[in-house]
Order: sequence, then C-alpha cells, then structure tokens
Amino acid sequence: MSEVAIVGIGMHNFGRSPGLSGLDQGANAVREALQDAGLSWKDIQVAYGGSQDAGNADALCNQLGLTALQFTNIWNGCATGGSSLSAAYNAIKSGSADVALAVGFDKHEPGAFNADPKDWGLDDWYGEAGLMVTTQFFAMKIQRYMAEYGITDDALIKVAQKAFYNGSLNPRAWRRQALSYDDIANSMMVSHPLRKYQFCSPAEGGAAIILCNSNLAKRFTSKLVYLKAAVVRTRVYGSFEVYSPCQAKEQGNAPSVKASQDAFELAGVGPKDFDVLQLQDTESGAEVMHMAENGFCEHGEQEHLIQSGATAINGSMPVNTDGGCLANGEPVGASGLRQVFEVCLQLRGQAGDRQVQNNPKLGYTHVYGAPGLSGVTVLAV
Amino acid sequence: MSVEQVPIGPNLFTWPTHKPSLIGSRCQCCGEYFFPVQRGCANCSSTSMGEVELGDRGVLWTWTIQGFIPKTPYNSEETPETFTPFGVGYVEMPCGVKVEARLKGSQPDQFHIGMPMQLVIEKLRTDDNGNDVMVFAFQAAEQEA
Repeated sequence: MSEVAIVGIGMHNFGRSPGLSGLDQGANAVREALQDAGLSWKDIQVAYGGSQDAGNADALCNQLGLTALQFTNIWNGCATGGSSLSAAYNAIKSGSADVALAVGFDKHEPGAFNADPKDWGLDDWYGEAGLMVTTQFFAMKIQRYMAEYGITDDALIKVAQKAFYNGSLNPRAWRRQALSYDDIANSMMVSHPLRKYQFCSPAEGGAAIILCNSNLAKRFTSKLVYLKAAVVRTRVYGSFEVYSPCQAKEQGNAPSVKASQDAFELAGVGPKDFDVLQLQDTESGAEVMHMAENGFCEHGEQEHLIQSGATAINGSMPVNTDGGCLANGEPVGASGLRQVFEVCLQLRGQAGDRQVQNNPKLGYTHVYGAPGLSGVTVLAV
Repeated sequence: MSVEQVPIGPNLFTWPTHKPSLIGSRCQCCGEYFFPVQRGCANCSSTSMGEVELGDRGVLWTWTIQGFIPKTPYNSEETPETFTPFGVGYVEMPCGVKVEARLKGSQPDQFHIGMPMQLVIEKLRTDDNGNDVMVFAFQAAEQEA
C-alpha cells in the first residue's frame, strides 16, 4: 500500500516582514518548498491552506500561477495548518492525488487576539465583559494544573528559558537571543502565573509542505520523510477549553489525548518510540500539559523531566527544538506547518546547531487551537 | 430621567432582585448543567433542556488576573490609563458546573483555589441611554455558605 511522503518543505521566516502581505509570505514558503522538492507549481494537483487574518489561501494562485488545481481554503483556529496537512494527507492516501500541498500563512497585529464572540457561538456580553481573551484560558488551565499535579513556577520559567536558548541556535527563528532565568522571571506578569516571556506572540510568516505518493516520491528526492499519520480531533464533553462560559462538573480528556492515541494507532508506534517532539507551546504551561496529554509522560512527571533537562535538545525527549511558538511567534495559519518543517529538518539531519544527535528516526508534531481541537502528525525516516 | 440598571445580556441572572442568582440549563435526559442557557445538551445531544437557577455561591476552581486591558469587544469605558486589572476565574456552583466570571480583586494573594465565592452584580459601564450596564462577578464570600 502506498504511503505519504514529504518531498518538499518551505518557510518564510516567522516574525515581522514589513512591506510583505501574509499572502506574499505564504507564496515565498510555497516557492521554497517547490525548490526543495525540485517541482514546479504546475505539478501540484491539490492544495489546502489557510490564514486567520491574511486572506484566503486560494488567492496564492494569483501570484504562483493559475493552473486549475483544486484548492480548498481551510480555517480551523490555531490548528489550521494541521488541518490543511491532514486534508492533504487524505488526498494522497485516498489516491485522488499524487502531489498535494499544505500551506499556511498569516500577518497579525501585535498584541493579544481579539476574537468576535459571534464567530464562536457566543453572545456579545462574553466579549464585552472581558472574558474573550485566550491568555486568560491558558493561565487558568495551568493554574489548576499546577495545583493538581505539583508543577512549579520554576519549571514554567525553565520551559521558556529552553525555548529562547533553542531559538538562539536557529538562524530562522524570530527570537534569536537567549534569555536568562531572571529575564523571564522578572518580565511583566501578563496573566498570573504567566509572564510576558512565557507567552508566544501573534506574528507573521508562512510555511508550506508538499506531499507525494511514496510510489512516485523517489523520483523527486533522496531525503524522504514519511508522514505516517496526520490526525485532527476536536474536544470531548468535559474537556477544559478556551472560550467556554462554563465547564462541566467532571473534567474530561483534552482533545490532544484522542488525537495522539489515534495517530499512534495509525502509525503503529507508541509514545516511547519518538526521538524528537514539537508540542504546542502557546505559553510555557501549554508545553508542560501537552507532554502528558499526548502520552509522552504521566501527569505531574513533567516537573522532573524539565528539571533534569530531558526536554532539551540533548535530552531524552527533545521538545520544540527550533524554539517553538515562544521563540518563533504564532502566525496562526502557518504555525502547525512550521512544526512539521522543523521535524523534517531534524529527521533529515539538516538542523544545524540544534540537530538532535544519533540520527533521529521518528518525530511528532502537535498543534492545539480554539475552541478545542488538536492536530498531530507522526513523521518517520 | 432615572438611571436604570440593565443586565449585560438577557437571561444570565435574575434581576432586579436583592438576592440575584445565575440562570442556566439542566438537561432533562442526562442531568448535566450549563451556563448560560443552552438549547441543546453538549453531553448527550438532547434538546430537552430546562431552565434553572444555579445559585449565588460557589467555590473557586481556578483563576488568573487579567493584567492588560483587553482589546474590543471588551467594553468597560476604561482606557489603558484608567484600566484596573481584574480577576477571572471558574467558580464551581453547588450543582457542579463551573461558571466563568470576573472576580473582584487584582492581586494574586486575594485568590486561592477552593475559596468560597459570592455572586455580585456590578456596573461595567454606562450605555448610550445613560443606563448602568450590569455584569455578574464573584467576590470572596465573607463566611461559609
């Protein structure tokens, strides 16, 4: 049975690109991915993509070329990139296309997002009262989690410290200056217990991934990375989610639990098999909680793993080797594909100063978005 | 013309009254509670929903402090200069549902998980007609319920 191979990856560096629209940045990412694959735009048979604030991805065709390809705009919150990739994966897997593109891009204003309650099935009062703020949710989720599982403020500071250190090793990261423990600990409290440098920032950028039927893939490149699973799952009842005026009496599993379990099953692997991980780090607490939600440790075990350096690049469970969302910012449409870009570099052995040693063979990406969905991938060489 | 106290949204809490209560839904099939009123059950998909009062006391389940002024749609008449940080939390009501609300207070030492909370209805802003727009919030309860 044919598999799905990644034959091209491209990115327009995250951060700020004055003078370039979000679409321009998406187009740059696609061009780089095509070059990486040795393909031209007319070779792409089906495409999925999206942005939150920078327009419909289909408009990319106006500058990449009008070739009659099937192009579907995707919008799925912060999991837009993961959802685009899942759709592209299914197009290859079903046999309906041999070459598919997933692309994401965005261009956000500085500062926290200001969502419209009506877009999320909520009434105006929820936003007017000051409750429609994503940073509050992340702070309240980790606040409860710290109390239940003994995660310390110290560990949350060290997560951010690791992110900026990894970013300093990544020539394509937005934040490329390592921050000291005190820099982070003394930064402004944004939403207790989380400070300025523990939150990622809305940003700009683009990322593109080209997938191919593995039967044809060998024609294009010798550096194949196989996409063993690309799964998106939404929340179940009781999950503690963003934009929720109430939470159920009994807390249920997060959507990442189901997404990861289904991806492991599809790929025929277990959480202990992985060599390199990308976990959504909207803020430093999210990375911690997502380690357990995705099955890589037990709840509460993160404290020891972080303190012992297990999640560092040279640790036993490297997490967010490129600096994650904290060092790269979050252009919503592109963010999940940036994770795949990084894991592909790691599996190809092309990650430079931040390369995970001993030839990593199996990688994982996880993106989480409002109002409660997770997109995960299993990547292998 | 007298100033009226207008709730920020319809059917969120009993008003006007000297002892307000939050209003929610209870699913007639599975018994789950929701706030605000829902037309369908997120747990069992039933549409047999009954309107219930959720009460005015609860226990703080988690919390944070909103340290910067939210962008629109936040509408409080505050400016970045006059903004006062406010607490936000989920308060577990006697029936078990946890309701998200503003919390009175702006310092971390004012909050801890498990503390008893009391519903208050307070002014958020003045509307275009000169009336007070009233929002629900919780503050530390003075004594155990």
